[in-house]
Amino acid sequence: MNGTTYSSFLEVAAGLVILCAFVTLWRRSLRAIVRALALQGMALGAVALVLGVHRRDVVLIVVGCLVVAAKGFVIPTLVRRVVANEPRSRETSPLVNVPSSLVGAGALTFLAYGATRPVVALVSTSAGRLIPLGLATMLIGFFSMVVRRKAVSQIVGLLLVDNGIALVAFLATAGVPLLVELGASLDVLLAVVVLRVLAVQLWSKFAVLDLDQLQELHD
Amino acid sequence: MNELSHVMTQILVAVFQVAVVAVGGPLLVGLMRKVRSRLEGRVGAPIYQPLLDLRKLFAKQRMRPRDSSWVFGVGPVVLVATVVAVTAVSPLVTSRPPLGQSSDFFAVVFVLLLGSVLLALSALDTGTAFGGMGSSRSMTIGALCEPALLVAILAMAVAARTSNLPALVRIGLNHPAVIASPARILALTSFLVVILAESGRLPVDNPSTHLELTMIHEAMVLEYSGADLGLIVVGESMRLVFLLGLLVNLLVPWGVADRPGVLAFGLGLLALVAKVAIVGAAIAVFEVFTAKMRLFRLPELLAGGFVLALLGALTAVVAR
Repeated sequence: MNGTTYSSFLEVAAGLVILCAFVTLWRRSLRAIVRALALQGMALGAVALVLGVHRRDVVLIVVGCLVVAAKGFVIPTLVRRVVANEPRSRETSPLVNVPSSLVGAGALTFLAYGATRPVVALVSTSAGRLIPLGLATMLIGFFSMVVRRKAVSQIVGLLLVDNGIALVAFLATAGVPLLVELGASLDVLLAVVVLRVLAVQLWSKFAVLDLDQLQELHD
Repeated sequence: MNELSHVMTQILVAVFQVAVVAVGGPLLVGLMRKVRSRLEGRVGAPIYQPLLDLRKLFAKQRMRPRDSSWVFGVGPVVLVATVVAVTAVSPLVTSRPPLGQSSDFFAVVFVLLLGSVLLALSALDTGTAFGGMGSSRSMTIGALCEPALLVAILAMAVAARTSNLPALVRIGLNHPAVIASPARILALTSFLVVILAESGRLPVDNPSTHLELTMIHEAMVLEYSGADLGLIVVGESMRLVFLLGLLVNLLVPWGVADRPGVLAFGLGLLALVAKVAIVGAAIAVFEVFTAKMRLFRLPELLAGGFVLALLGALTAVVAR
């Protein structure tokens, strides 16, 4: 793989990660949001694979495959099962409406570019230039956790944050140790399982997944 | 003498481009209707049907509302005139159009906007409820489209270091790597969203109904008849072909005539027709599977377009 194709593959994959983050804010149907999340997981895996092939790093390729499996298939399937409880569910009234949150996410992307300038100057590879995209994905994840009401959207926000961190880790370092990457991924997997159990409990007890309605204490 | 023949060729090229777009516009509309009806299991009218409709319209008597002013008559004329003006100087069949150095992307878009504004004004001029409703909606959509369009053009201009249209097309011809750059793709996607919204295609407005609750464009032209209506139909379809032609030439510039000569122009015409027909048919297929969006959900669609353009501009600025 020569230099130009490598960097354009990397650009497309990293661009897809941030684009999917925007799509999760843009769409209302929870199914579409989870689909975007799955695509983002695969794009993240693709980043690791491209980096691994370019550096001839077998460990990184293995990590890439694991990321595709975990974040592209396993985690989205788990989240989809929560959505399956109310298949027609939509993010009807987020605290900030969709156009404003899209513009807000655009502003966060600018912020990420501004804030990571010293880091980008430090990492002089073509991968290093894409680090702001990781930070932007992370910020959009936090934003989505703040402004969205459905439990599923908040899980998705958490996963966006994690994907952003993973993207920065892939791009900024010369390969994350396998153990660390596995630890982080399994951690999130566990968190998703716990959140899923919580959401299902919530659903069976109150028949809503709207966190804003849970304001009073009950016996 | 040499100077004169140069001017004559330039004028000929301009007339040729305008003629192609003027005939191609109704034909494209006919093609899109045909594709739609075939997919819906109907035979549909022949592709040249809009041309026959136009002949009928131009032969009919012109009726004007009693209380309307001169604005009502000027609207359709300005609409057609603006499209003709930008078509003559834009890189559609050839990448070296007459007065090419003055054909700036920003200028072209705003000359086109002049036509839309005049049309909205003349809809208000009749004083009917539908006209006012239509122009209010149309202007709302226009105001939402503008930021997306401006930022999309900015992204392309920054990436190519010029906002001159023929130069933008030629850069694509000479450096194919520019075409695949993320900035250009994002910007052109946003441009496509804006085209669909501005020309009243399906997720935004349904061009084939007169349902009073939802119509936007049809509400504006409700009072027009005869030759006035014919001019509006021509102007709208020419604008659609012009915008789509611009889009395809920026997206895949191959085939555009880069040097003078009858053969090159023939090839350029063939390429333009083929590319626009493919994009038009694709839009028609997309429209079969799409429902019209609620008016209040439109800002979400256009904000999506805006964000795409913004990301494009960001990558363009960072990449340079």
